[in-house]
Amino acid sequence: MRNIENLYQEMILEHNKNPRNFKTLSPCSHSSRGVNTLCGDDYMLTVQVDNGSITDIGFTGQGCAISKSSGSLMTSTIKGKSVEDAITLKDQFLGMLIADRPADDMGRLAVFANVKRFPVRVKCATLIWRALEDALVLANGSISTEGDS
Amino acid sequence: MILDTQIQKALDCRADFPVLSATVYDKGYVYLDNGATTQKPRAVIDMMTDFYTQRYATVHRGVYLHSAEATADCDAVRTQVARFIGAAHDDEIVFTKGTTESINLVASTYGQHLLPAGKGILITAMEHHANLVPWQMLCAQKGIPFRVCPIDDNGTLDMATFATLMTPDIGVVAVTHVSNALGTINPVKEITRLAHAQGAKVLLDGAQAVGHTSVNVHDLDCDFYCFSGHKLYGPTGIGVLYGKRALLASMPPYQFGGDMIESVSFEKTTFAKPPARFEAGTPPIVETLGLGAAITYVQSIGFDFIASYETALLDLATAALKARFPEVRIIGESPKKASVLSFVFPEIHPHDVGSILDSEGIAVRVGHHCAQPVMKRYGVPATVRATFSFYNTPEDVVRLMDGLQTVKDLIL
Ligand SMILES: Cc1ncc(COP(=O)(O)O)c(C=O)c1O
Repeated sequence: MRNIENLYQEMILEHNKNPRNFKTLSPCSHSSRGVNTLCGDDYMLTVQVDNGSITDIGFTGQGCAISKSSGSLMTSTIKGKSVEDAITLKDQFLGMLIADRPADDMGRLAVFANVKRFPVRVKCATLIWRALEDALVLANGSISTEGDS
Repeated sequence: MILDTQIQKALDCRADFPVLSATVYDKGYVYLDNGATTQKPRAVIDMMTDFYTQRYATVHRGVYLHSAEATADCDAVRTQVARFIGAAHDDEIVFTKGTTESINLVASTYGQHLLPAGKGILITAMEHHANLVPWQMLCAQKGIPFRVCPIDDNGTLDMATFATLMTPDIGVVAVTHVSNALGTINPVKEITRLAHAQGAKVLLDGAQAVGHTSVNVHDLDCDFYCFSGHKLYGPTGIGVLYGKRALLASMPPYQFGGDMIESVSFEKTTFAKPPARFEAGTPPIVETLGLGAAITYVQSIGFDFIASYETALLDLATAALKARFPEVRIIGESPKKASVLSFVFPEIHPHDVGSILDSEGIAVRVGHHCAQPVMKRYGVPATVRATFSFYNTPEDVVRLMDGLQTVKDLIL
């Protein structure tokens, strides 16, 4: 059943209220801005990479509960990981929401699997991950996920 | 105060709209996105279905019965529209795809070719992107002034500044009659008077006005008036551009093709007179008839009832929102306001509000409402917007307030 509680799960609500790593790193080695103009989500992601691993990460800005909790859980999950592992996780996360990748091995991030049932909200959950991809790989400086669903 | 007789009339109207008695997620449907588009009454649906099933044919070229009838019926809708908005002549009514196309038509014909050299455009800070971007593009391309009249904190147009911006170097003033984001009803008659005094033409964006208040272009004295069928209980794909007769006659065509020419040879083509000159190609025949049925329906309800009841509903909803959620900030509190209630919670993003209301069977709009400069003016990324129609009821207001309580309980 497409129930609103499937979207707003406990963990998502808790991370929305108390987002982790809600800060700006200055200086930082990598950064990107994730913006969805249609909904008014706007986050700045800053990352510090040393010797191929993510030593610190922060995000600030404003947006809905889904995008903010996604920022909180993304940053807490990848802090301390290698850039390579972070990118793999990013692909798995996007695969779970945009393709049909199962969520079994996603750990805490599996709470976002249900967002798929609310297609208009997929772009909220993917925004900060696309910003991560942009910061670490594409280096465009800013991204939008308005096309994701 | 809403009278019982008014509520009864609203319920009767509601029964005319099949979709409103359907359920959403097993809950009664509360449709509060009338600013985006209105639902369709049975009269419109039947008119269009019957035409498709019993007598569909093209217009203008047929010698056969159904085509001749369709042509006469579409001509009758043109007359009907002219009467509806108080235009003196049928040929002042051009059918378009909607408000957006009507405005683009004026910007790319009058704006491109007839705007006196060097003269610029004046708009307001509350315009929908449809009445902003076409003018901005024109001004950038021609290198002419592009001015924006500011609005005050409650969403009212700053008329003192308007008077100072409205100088003789302005060629067109393009203003919304009613703001879709704020609900503000602008003093368009006064604006037209001031603009004409300086020799400027006036285009009014009536997208949010025509379904809620009676409009008389003759009384307003505007040069152009634009609106969409789908916000007036009619179908999508049909809209209207009203233009003063002499102005339309002076304007070059907008698109080229069938139905808009007088004669064509490889050496020379001459164009038809307005409105045909601006209606290239096979028109949206069924939508035109649907628009006619919608206008007949709206007139049968009457603007006396529509305007007074919708205002009463807005007042009720505004008071309920303030009483139950004092932390809410209402965006747009102009004293003269149509039934638009735009607001934000300090700690809850509009998108979350929209999704949770949806799960309660309540449809509202969340986002920037195609008016990003308005969002910027009030320092918000987006708002929640409930827009009321004559088929909404005090019960819908209660459902909205209860839904907002559910939102708070879940998110906070
Ligand atoms: C004030 C205003 N102007 C213009 C438009 C554009 O109308 P349409 O999309 O029907 O062309 C709208 C509709 O959203 C509107 O509210």
